[in-house]
Amino acid sequence: MHVPERAAADSAARELAAFLESRREQIAQRWADAPLFRTVFTVSRDEAVEACKAVVDALSEVASSGRLESVGAPGFGPVREQLGHMAASRSRSGFTPGQIADEAAGLRAVAVELLHGEAQGPPEREAPDVLLALTVLMGTLRLVLMETAVSAGEELIARQQLQLLEVATPVISLWDGIIGVPLIGTLDSARSQVVMESLLQAIVEQRARYAILDITGVPTVDSLVAQHLMKTVAAARLMGAECIVSGIRPAIAQTIVHLGIDLSSVLTRSSLADALAYALARQGIEVFRRADGASPR
Amino acid sequence: MTPASEPATVTSLPIGSDADLAWVRHQVRQFAAELGFGLVQQTKIVTAASELARNTLVHGGGGQAQIHPLHHGPARGLRLLFTDTGPGIRDVELAMTDGYTTGGGLGLGLSGAKRLVDELSVETEPGQGTVVTVVAWVTRAPAVRPGLG
Amino acid sequence: MTLPPPVPGNPVAVPVLALGNILLVTLQGDLHDGMAEQLQQDITDRIAHSAADGVVIDVSGVDIVDSFLGRVIAEIAAGVRLMAARTVLCGMRPAVAITLVELGLTLPGLETALDAARALELIARDPAAVAPDTPEGGT
Repeated sequence: MHVPERAAADSAARELAAFLESRREQIAQRWADAPLFRTVFTVSRDEAVEACKAVVDALSEVASSGRLESVGAPGFGPVREQLGHMAASRSRSGFTPGQIADEAAGLRAVAVELLHGEAQGPPEREAPDVLLALTVLMGTLRLVLMETAVSAGEELIARQQLQLLEVATPVISLWDGIIGVPLIGTLDSARSQVVMESLLQAIVEQRARYAILDITGVPTVDSLVAQHLMKTVAAARLMGAECIVSGIRPAIAQTIVHLGIDLSSVLTRSSLADALAYALARQGIEVFRRADGASPR
Repeated sequence: MTPASEPATVTSLPIGSDADLAWVRHQVRQFAAELGFGLVQQTKIVTAASELARNTLVHGGGGQAQIHPLHHGPARGLRLLFTDTGPGIRDVELAMTDGYTTGGGLGLGLSGAKRLVDELSVETEPGQGTVVTVVAWVTRAPAVRPGLG
Repeated sequence: MTLPPPVPGNPVAVPVLALGNILLVTLQGDLHDGMAEQLQQDITDRIAHSAADGVVIDVSGVDIVDSFLGRVIAEIAAGVRLMAARTVLCGMRPAVAITLVELGLTLPGLETALDAARALELIARDPAAVAPDTPEGGT
């Protein structure tokens, strides 16, 4: 029983491959209007049709290899990148991987319709087998697309996390030779690594003598955060710049004392303004109010 | 965990002199750069290699360094082995302490190197020599990957 | 790949340049341990035989500083200080600074500057001041 069944499945797969090959043009023309292709390949309709043809070719390749249920079938190889691109584009428009997979499921109806049209003529007995094979194959395509959508999403998240790290740690120029980094949010290891690297890079680029790390926006300072701060200060010093940590709120000062953290190697000031005043004074610059109290000009 | 697939590009380098240390640093730098380590990571791993290779030379009386590039799925890394047949380390835990030294250095060799890599392990037996293994992985950097769109 | 070891860097002694009464030492490439130790000897001799006010060690051409080279630099500075002169380390690259700190080597008490010009400026401005340990204090 087993052997004929297998043989029947194989012949259905082969028949499906032949069907996909012969109807490549029609399927592609109709898929090109489906949102999954139409909204991604926006340059021209021909572009969308070409993309559809590539997918049809891949499906027919997978069908002729008989591995209808295999997500890892080599036949999908050539279109994986394209599917990833489609999935990424759809997820950028706010679609979840599940919704993207549903769109892929919509492609099946078109193919089934064409297959039915075919079945009118020759042997009707085989049509259900081929239909079943087509359903399985389209289900696999759906999984492949979902898989690429998920991995594209993961990649996007990883990239955004890194971008967020960089966006969240701007290095600003406060004065000639004085730079500042306003730190906002939790200072974990990954974050402090980015802070250290961008601060040191800015010291070189702006030829800074003073660097102010403002921790007003850092919610808590534990011994790990203190250690990160001390490392940053030490590295800046090795490059010839003096680091000042400012924005230590009373509550944080208390915590630091309670935890017994030794910040004596770090120069601190209570506010960013104090730190800037210190750095200016060290450069021999004085800031004072004009005697007449008037605004200039 | 499945073992990382290792292409047959394991490189062995002898450690017997100052010049060999320089060559080890040079080779580790090249491998790290090829695998896509960023500049800071390259500097860290080359420095760790320098510390460990010097240990092999000074404490182990010479030996060899092995460089294994690691390809684990999309992850890229480097495993370095430093092997000597010297006296071994009597108390590994003590040797891993900052400031502990028998060689007249600053005593930062092992403990310092550990902070520069992702993993460091020591296999040693008094009189049987020492094998120090370190592993470092490339951290994902945003600029390395071309965008999808 | 490349297997025969044509060792990188130049295995000749590190040149020590005299600029007025300042000695300028430019480290470059991969420094062998022997060369670093030789340099330590050279600098001490030069200071003893001249009336140098200070030593500037430029490491902008160095791509790694490990604990050995770090120790040599610290010892040079300590020796120079004993002879009433100062040492300014300059030009350290960001990646090297990060690695040194992670290694646990912060070189306390050693004066630093962004580049050689700043280092020379630092010594010229106040040649008498021998390496203040604390950066703070009335200016």
